[in-house]
Amino acid sequence: MKKLINEPSAVVDEMLDGMVAAHPVRRLDGTNVLVRDDVPVDGKVAVVSGGGSGHEPTHAGYLGEGMLDGAAAGEVFTSPTADQLDEMIQATDAGEGVLCVVKNYEGDVMNFDTAAEMASMEGIDVEQAVVNDDVAVEDSLYTSGRRGVAGTIFVHKCAGAKAAEGADLAEVKEVAEKVIDNVRTMGMALTSCVTPEKGEPTFDLGEDEIELGIGIHGEPGTERADMMSADEITEHLTENVLSDLDLDEGEEVVTLVNGMGGTPLSELYIVNRKLQSILDDRGIETWDAWVGDYMTSLDMMGCSVSVLRVDDELKELLGAPAETPALTVAE
Amino acid sequence: MADVETQRDAVLDALDNVAARLAEEKGYLTDLDSAIGDADHGANMQRGFGEAAEKREAFAEMDPDEVVKNVGTTLISNVGGASGPLYGGSIMFASQELEDGITAETSVAFAEAYLDKVKDRGGAEVGSKTMVDALVPAVHTYKKSIEQDDLPPLTALAKAVDAAERGVEFTVPLKALKGRSSFLDWRSVGHQDPGATSTLFILEELLATAEEYLDGAIDRDAHAGDAARRDE
Repeated sequence: MKKLINEPSAVVDEMLDGMVAAHPVRRLDGTNVLVRDDVPVDGKVAVVSGGGSGHEPTHAGYLGEGMLDGAAAGEVFTSPTADQLDEMIQATDAGEGVLCVVKNYEGDVMNFDTAAEMASMEGIDVEQAVVNDDVAVEDSLYTSGRRGVAGTIFVHKCAGAKAAEGADLAEVKEVAEKVIDNVRTMGMALTSCVTPEKGEPTFDLGEDEIELGIGIHGEPGTERADMMSADEITEHLTENVLSDLDLDEGEEVVTLVNGMGGTPLSELYIVNRKLQSILDDRGIETWDAWVGDYMTSLDMMGCSVSVLRVDDELKELLGAPAETPALTVAE
Repeated sequence: MADVETQRDAVLDALDNVAARLAEEKGYLTDLDSAIGDADHGANMQRGFGEAAEKREAFAEMDPDEVVKNVGTTLISNVGGASGPLYGGSIMFASQELEDGITAETSVAFAEAYLDKVKDRGGAEVGSKTMVDALVPAVHTYKKSIEQDDLPPLTALAKAVDAAERGVEFTVPLKALKGRSSFLDWRSVGHQDPGATSTLFILEELLATAEEYLDGAIDRDAHAGDAARRDE
């Protein structure tokens, strides 16, 4: 399998140095943590996140004004260690406290828990918001309960905007939880991904087969099916998401068609076209539609569909300015 | 126990003993883990405690509770995965109970705080086929032996090790409900849990160290049934 890498073991380190060279972010010495250039930001609650590498632009792609203050990168598909998360919390805290946005995977949850405890012992106020938007599974290879997947981006955006407004830690956490309560996601794969260390596909998928209900680690999905058309796949994902979210006619949503890293944008737009027509048929109004590679699984082909129920507060926060490498919202 | 220096020496010796034991058992723990997990438990535990034992000089001026806390943070940064937070984070958290030194009373508080944190963080209960299956009987036995039966700490610890050993045996027929092995469902039945096993090894080395530091032989009457194991 051909990859544009040097040493498999140096992938994360070299990627982070490349990001620092491209964006207004810096790396904390001796760690795999990137932070905004200007942290700690006076008078502002810090919002941080982190997880395994391989999901780019998640997480460091969302560092910047209006979103994240810090992003910790673990090894590929492996949680960052608690001491690195602790350093990130210490470096970003401006005295107003820190909200950690955590995806619900066992390693991530335990390491963030431990880091929060370490930072608390140093007198820092730390709160956590655990994202669990995946409707495909209750428990999986890596989780108790539902996994946190692409819906996490909405949590970053809304919590980041709330913090930028000058809200206190409790208010920022409340907004994060409001997003978590109102967002659902389901994903699928056309191919497996190839991790740098392993160098071969994580799972085998026949030419005419797809995996439904995948997470973001190249782990197999909940169901293997025969290849379908884009419209049929979109219907399957969207129906599962909508039946779990229980939307009423007339409600407003923001949608996200997220690419897994190996799917062209043209195909994601084809999925979005069908998604919007399904919502339209149900009398659900789309306030905004996001399409692109927001949370990937290396080179996996496939996509996920997320739907977020919005009210006036969430619309305002989603529309608030943000300036990050992967997402910019103009004033 | 005696003065701060002696307590610190005891902690450092315990650390050395645990590190040496886990290095010795690395292959065995990994074999257990390859049957029902991802085959890294032996290497991870050996690496974590090995790194901590390497820091003996850096720990030489610290109070005993500070040493224990730093062992915890060293495990967190070197063990990785879920075991880092479970073993290291829980040790770090429980170290607060030793601020006034190591006594029968504070060691019970330490053990209980450690157990609570492991259960809280991992979400496992007795019967989930995890380290909790060894820890719960050990901690409960230790607490009861000291607080209700008024036994000397050394005897209490020996009874706790026995209880942990039975807990480890108890994991063999269980179906895993937590952690990576739970994905195997019924296929996990018949295998001994690696986390419960490493927990037993750590307790055995704590007992071996305590025997060097605490006066008096283990009270064999209060410790019936233990002789066979200790003569192995």
